[in-house]
Amino acid sequence: MKGWRELEIGAVTEAGSADEYNTGSWRAFRPRWIEENCIQCLFCWIYCPDSAITVKDGKRGEFDYKHCKGCGICAVECPGKKGKKAIVMEEEGK
Amino acid sequence: MSTTPLRLKELSKKEDLLTGGHRLCAGCGAPIAIRQIMLAADVPIVAANATGCLEVSTTIYPYSAWKIPWIHTAFENAAATISGVEAMYRALKRKGKISEEIKFIAFGGDGGTYDIGFQSLSGAMERGHDIVYVCYDNGAYMNTGIQRSSATPFGANTTTSPAGSVIPGKLQPRKNLTKIMAAHGIPYVAQTTPAHWRDLMTKVRKALEVKGPAFINILASCNRGWRTPTDRAIEDSKLAVETCFWPLYEYENGRLTINYKPKEKKPVVEFLKTQGRFKHLFSPENEHLLQHSQELVDREWEALLREEAMWKAEEEKEEQKD
Ligand SMILES: Cc1ncc(C[n+]2csc(CCOP(=O)(O)OP(=O)(O)O)c2C)c(N)n1
Ligand code: SF4
Ligand code: SF4
Ligand code: SF4
Ligand SMILES: [Mg+2]
Repeated sequence: MKGWRELEIGAVTEAGSADEYNTGSWRAFRPRWIEENCIQCLFCWIYCPDSAITVKDGKRGEFDYKHCKGCGICAVECPGKKGKKAIVMEEEGK
Repeated sequence: MSTTPLRLKELSKKEDLLTGGHRLCAGCGAPIAIRQIMLAADVPIVAANATGCLEVSTTIYPYSAWKIPWIHTAFENAAATISGVEAMYRALKRKGKISEEIKFIAFGGDGGTYDIGFQSLSGAMERGHDIVYVCYDNGAYMNTGIQRSSATPFGANTTTSPAGSVIPGKLQPRKNLTKIMAAHGIPYVAQTTPAHWRDLMTKVRKALEVKGPAFINILASCNRGWRTPTDRAIEDSKLAVETCFWPLYEYENGRLTINYKPKEKKPVVEFLKTQGRFKHLFSPENEHLLQHSQELVDREWEALLREEAMWKAEEEKEEQKD
């Protein structure tokens, strides 16, 4: 019988490789960012389950549509400006 | 070691250690909590992850969403696995083979924590390992199709507590695991939700900082099992706290602090009514079950308030003595 030192190491995959995987195709609804209503609070970023809101130097950028699954959490949590949401959900492919 | 201020602008400059492209359902609460945990930590983390949705869906071969050393462990022994890793780390440190400060976290679902992994969790806590155990509680065995666990709330419809003509959903109340962990006398125990990101991150930092075992219980919405639209994870977590179904509190060396007291405690139906798993409770013949749900919440909340008041009275007595 093999000792544990001879056993092959189990499934080791490259750290963070899921980044290459496209989950954007799951979307039924697509979030759209309306920049003029954005107050840069970054709630959308902290609440996104899929790390699909890009932020650079502390400022929100575009959606990462390769990973966004269209759950709509960001749109619900977005306070927007003067009652006007900075994120709206629209049916995909329309 | 510098610590990143708990401001979203500053935190957003850090690298996300859980990538997108994982295959948890759209709108799942678990990855929101995990991202926040990893962002809160300013030290390298090694994690063990019990079988469950989080583990399965973040590491579908040949992909992994984790950018940290991460071990898949069996359903029942995440706490034992991380204990072993931490013990090895201490041994290597003693021998001078490693000098870096590393912290160790185990992640488990409620099935893997309240039920099947409870023995290994209790043992690890009692042995005093310098680890943090995080339970993401979505209130059922979700990955295998919504079976009831001891974390499932009273009255919830699951595939093994099906609401119908025989039973009206789960007949038993939830087990209060956070209190049970506090009874282990470990240095840090807390309860939080990802909707309360600053509270969650503060608690993660405290848990990582204390010497010895820490336990954090995080409510993590599951839209498949809770029968909610995919955009509800944060709103339902807020309702859980506003109704005192899931109060935010912590035990620091045994001392209880309630971190948030709603100005007006909402009736628990506010939390229940948005979720399909409780829909049957709203039919007229089940009104007494809704009442019972409220009683269960009130009983635990009032016990917490009394306990905190007792601590305050003790401290006042001590101060008067000085
Ligand atoms: C010993 C053992 N029994 C059963 C299973 C099948 N199983 C895999 S995941 C899972 C449910 C996990 O539930 P929970 O810990 O609550 O995590 P969730 O999936 O809800 O996130 C079960 C029963 C298993 N992997 N191992
Ligand atoms: S819709 Fe969901 S997945 Fe897409 S960016 Fe918004 S929160 Fe993230
Ligand atoms: S939540 Fe809305 S307002 Fe805040 S940063 Fe995101 S898009 Fe802008
Ligand atoms: S079944 Fe529930 S817990 Fe599992 S990935 Fe889907 S939403 Fe998340
Ligand atoms: Mg679960």
